[in-house]
Amino acid sequence: MPECNKAIPETVLKNVGSVAFANVKTVDNAADQAERFRTLAQEQLPRLYSIARRLVGVDAEDAVQDCLLKAFQGFHQLHETAAGPAWLTRILINCCRDRGRAVGRSVQQVELDELERFSLFRKIAYEDPYPYSDSLHLDFLDEFGPEDVRAVVMKLSMLYRIPVVLVYMDGYLAREVADLLDIPLGTVLARLHRGRKLFEKQLWDYAETHGLLRKAAR
Amino acid sequence: MITCSEATRHLWEYLDATADQATRDAIEEHLARCRACCGELEFARELRRFLASSARDEVPDAVLRRLNETLEELGP
Repeated sequence: MPECNKAIPETVLKNVGSVAFANVKTVDNAADQAERFRTLAQEQLPRLYSIARRLVGVDAEDAVQDCLLKAFQGFHQLHETAAGPAWLTRILINCCRDRGRAVGRSVQQVELDELERFSLFRKIAYEDPYPYSDSLHLDFLDEFGPEDVRAVVMKLSMLYRIPVVLVYMDGYLAREVADLLDIPLGTVLARLHRGRKLFEKQLWDYAETHGLLRKAAR
Repeated sequence: MITCSEATRHLWEYLDATADQATRDAIEEHLARCRACCGELEFARELRRFLASSARDEVPDAVLRRLNETLEELGP
């Protein structure tokens, strides 16, 4: 994995500090606030990194850095410590979304009718890629390693990738995702439906183009 | 009874417990009579397990160190 090692310029850190402490009256309070932010963020770093890795791949470290700087600037607006993890997640998702837009990855467009009709279950049964298998569908899934799954998820556009990752990989409920993204539950459910269909279609396409079907048939 | 395509359209919502009661009832009625859709349901369950167990990411030590350094540098 390519590692990014970008030190945050001192001027940026100074600006971040001046915004974060604009409303703090004493140096002691400011130091206390910074310490509280560090405690919250340090606890959440593994979780934030894991979500970012699934949403923006190798840009995860940069996305978390963006998130920490933005969160620190707005920390004075967080009134309940218990809301801290969800608040940080919301900021991270926005940072990931911004990075996804900036990179502008091309995502394969699939006809909606074709997508609605697609069933990975039926496709595997019909194509029968492993003729001697007693557990055709499980054998298909067994061919995918973690990097393969990550690559397939990255083929989804951000619109679908975010709910699919949060619900099916990180265990959020659909209504929690609606709160995080500030969109109606119905919109999340519709994106999950299409995101799942796209994921299934991309799994099959990936298996075909990366020789996973041929490999298993040997 | 709903058709196979209607049933399979809502299988994930059924598993996620986001389908409404009428849809749940209709799916269960369909599944009681359709073996093919039971296969679809079982595969949907496997796919959910597959996604949940895939790509668990530990933070590499070097990344964690750099992120912690950023946090240490933040201050008044």
